[in-house]
Amino acid sequence: MARVKVHVTVDGVNYVDEVEPRTLLVQYLREQVGKVGTVIGCDTSNCGACTVHLAGPDGASRAVKSCSMLAAQADGCEVTTIEGLAAPDGTLHPMQKAFHENHALQCGFCTPGMIMSAVDLLRENPSPSEAEIREGLSGNLCRCTGYQNIVRAVQAAANGSAAPVSSPAVTA
Amino acid sequence: MTATIGETEVGQRRLRKEDARLITGRTQWTDNIRLPGMVHLAILRSPYAHARINSVDTSAARSRPNVIAVYSGAELDNQGVLVNAWPVTEDLLAPTYFPVALTEVRHVGEPVAVVVARDAASATDALEAIEVDYEPLPVVLDMEAALAPGSPLVHSEIGSNKAFTWIFDSAAAGTGGDVSQAPADITVTRRYVQQRLIPAFMEPRSVVVDPSGGEWTMYSATQIPHVLRFLLSATTGTPEHKIRVIAPDVGGGFGGKLAATPEEWIAFAVSTKVNRPVKYTETRSESLLSAHHGRDMIQDITVTATRDGIVTGLSVKLTANLGAYLALVGGGVPLLGAFMYNAIYKFPAYRFECNGVFTNTTKTDAYRGAGRPEATYAIERIMDELAIEVGVDPMEIRRRNWIRHEEFPFTTVCGLSYDSGNYEAATDKALQILGYDELRAEQNARRAANDPVQLGIGISTYTEMCGLAPSRLLGQLRYGAGGWESVTIRMLATGKVEVISGSTPHGQGHDTAWSQIVSDQLGIPFEDITVLHGDTRVAAKGMDTYGSRSLAVGGVAMVMACEKVRDKAKLVAAHLLECSPNDLEFTDGKFRVRGNPEAALGMAEISGAVFVAHNLPDGMEPSLDSEATYDPGNFSFPHGTHLCAVDVDTETGRVSIRKYVAVDDVGKVINPLIVEGQVHGGVAQGVAQALYEEAVYDESGNLITGSFAEYLLPSAADLPSIVSDRTETPAPGHPLGVKGVGEAGTIASTPAVVNAIVDALRPRGVNDVPMPCTPERVWRAANGGVA
Repeated sequence: MARVKVHVTVDGVNYVDEVEPRTLLVQYLREQVGKVGTVIGCDTSNCGACTVHLAGPDGASRAVKSCSMLAAQADGCEVTTIEGLAAPDGTLHPMQKAFHENHALQCGFCTPGMIMSAVDLLRENPSPSEAEIREGLSGNLCRCTGYQNIVRAVQAAANGSAAPVSSPAVTA
Repeated sequence: MTATIGETEVGQRRLRKEDARLITGRTQWTDNIRLPGMVHLAILRSPYAHARINSVDTSAARSRPNVIAVYSGAELDNQGVLVNAWPVTEDLLAPTYFPVALTEVRHVGEPVAVVVARDAASATDALEAIEVDYEPLPVVLDMEAALAPGSPLVHSEIGSNKAFTWIFDSAAAGTGGDVSQAPADITVTRRYVQQRLIPAFMEPRSVVVDPSGGEWTMYSATQIPHVLRFLLSATTGTPEHKIRVIAPDVGGGFGGKLAATPEEWIAFAVSTKVNRPVKYTETRSESLLSAHHGRDMIQDITVTATRDGIVTGLSVKLTANLGAYLALVGGGVPLLGAFMYNAIYKFPAYRFECNGVFTNTTKTDAYRGAGRPEATYAIERIMDELAIEVGVDPMEIRRRNWIRHEEFPFTTVCGLSYDSGNYEAATDKALQILGYDELRAEQNARRAANDPVQLGIGISTYTEMCGLAPSRLLGQLRYGAGGWESVTIRMLATGKVEVISGSTPHGQGHDTAWSQIVSDQLGIPFEDITVLHGDTRVAAKGMDTYGSRSLAVGGVAMVMACEKVRDKAKLVAAHLLECSPNDLEFTDGKFRVRGNPEAALGMAEISGAVFVAHNLPDGMEPSLDSEATYDPGNFSFPHGTHLCAVDVDTETGRVSIRKYVAVDDVGKVINPLIVEGQVHGGVAQGVAQALYEEAVYDESGNLITGSFAEYLLPSAADLPSIVSDRTETPAPGHPLGVKGVGEAGTIASTPAVVNAIVDALRPRGVNDVPMPCTPERVWRAANGGVA
């Protein structure tokens, strides 16, 4: 099969590669670049586990499901994955911190995509209501958490503090 | 259990150790593993629900680019067989189950051939070049049709679609009366249908097998690495000590990865054939089609009672769809429910009968709760119906019949001994948080006003049996293994600790909770403890993770292992402090000389002294390490009360959960953060059964909910925030007082939601809405069942 050349920046590193035209962006990231932090959860673009940020030549960044575009379509683009979200010194992004502090993950398989979508959500709407958060993340599926703590984490990140939202007191 | 250990870590909302790599993408999922020389598998699956395989021609596929080998079932002659570990009756009909079908396929998605290629895409491409000559055979999908005389047979060689009939009768067992003799002023009979569900863990299953050097290392996205190793050995003849199974990071299971899968056996056999590491990762569509499903039962249930609503008898006739084959614990799932239909109520007589049925569908097995959600649904639904017959509030009918807190320990009509509980306390708390009386008043007002949006209130007062399981009891039930759990403690020279856990997590937070427990037990800081698991070469013994057992069973082994460490360390401390061991007490994490608190040694110092071994008591083995294996004497019995208020729009059928209150009593809580997370996720899955999810086949046996575009896994927009609260009735006799929480939310929530919907529509003559309660079904029920 004829291969096409792509120039892509992934998490700050420039790559020049040849890919099969049918190669999905997520397959390219995982298999050729080795960015296995971005995962594949479905084959119908419903689950959002593969969500990354994509900035085109205009510099505008948006969240995309990397299973729903071809690697060739990312030519000339800058991709940020979950592995490139923290600062170079390892300081966590506030959304990563909020997920940790609010117990917004259990098995963690949906987490990379969920965090990338949540970051994008706050970029578009810095002070979302609970309903707006739930609607905004409805393209990302989680089977473990029931989403409740994910919503809390996004609220905490939106409030500029990753401090956990208070929970009901327990009495013996 | 001798020493009294202070609790500084247990009970804290510790943030999870597991998170660091999960939130940064540095996780080892099986599909992330790449081994030198590794090749990839793709599996050709049957498009027919039932067909004879006349021939499989793999020759054209072999010549496709990058293809290394292609095997039909017959050609994969070392594939072994898949086994059922729970032959529930002596006369069980158990068909032979080959990983790759040989002569006949019995459900859509059954493996027919496998391609090995340099890369996954080439393997998938070559599938289309395999020629299979199928001769379609008659299909039976409906379990009652399968039991009817003259039905097509799923397995003609065994002569029947009925795999087993399993009966429990309290009169015969001597644990209660005879239901046919029970006084019956009131008799309520209902049929409930547990629709087929798909566990739908987020990480698709993946397996890598490295056959190098005459040993086999299998990495698998599994809940049960230890069970898997045993089964691989037992069914392929490979010596057990030559097999190592590793469950790396595993992305959810919910019972769906409590399995011995065709794909694992195929990868194992192919790795031997090609003598190279192989990988198989399923697509989501393959997962939904061929990983085992759950539920799919018909429940015919009868409750008898006195005029006052005091229950006198309970009869259940259960029909369970096993699918096309007996899965690993497939036939046993209904048995786990059998002991729970009587629930928290004092039934004096009980009869349960289950027929397990083969159909041309994907096999069924454990899904979160495994038998107990089904049982709880049926009893909690029918208790509401009994309340209507008696003419009392559904909460009142429960109060009249439940076990009162002063009656524990209580032996049920099944013979189980419920050790503890306080249903009154959990219920009172839930009612108060919900505002039950106010909502009932509002409901009456809206009924009187004929509001098109009606308010319904649903109650679920549940219990479950957790901590699977006493081995002796499992043996009596004909289960093929024990229910013990194992923990090893390694004390490192620098005072750090490795805890080796037999139970292996897939999202539950073992690393964090185990660290909290061991920190208190040994006086070692939380940060200085690492928990190892999921590798049979590291954690040699374990029975793995399911049935809310890790903490309830494994937690005891952990306490026992820590006690052994302390006992040895105490001798060393006495030697170094030049006192008698009897003069020492272990407080605040140190051995202290009574009356001289300055003379003290911590575990880290003792570990260092044992490491150098320069000055130990004469004859002492220079090691503090210990191992403990615990077999529980009983199940544990968490309980709770879940209340759900719904708005039901009678004009559109839309159901909105207005308020959901979960008050769970899971015994003592190690980490409230983790417990709340388990409840949230459990409730979400139970709500999903009530409102959204259903695996559906067309009349030919094609799964028409075969992707996430059709199988409605709820998103954040589809679920409510709930109020999760607790009461704590510690499990007596358990050193940690814990009971288990993994399945509670799922067990409790489904009947709470459906009871609420039916309650809203009761004035319209509605006494049931089949699950999932879609807008269409709710609208039809609300409008007199009109077409």
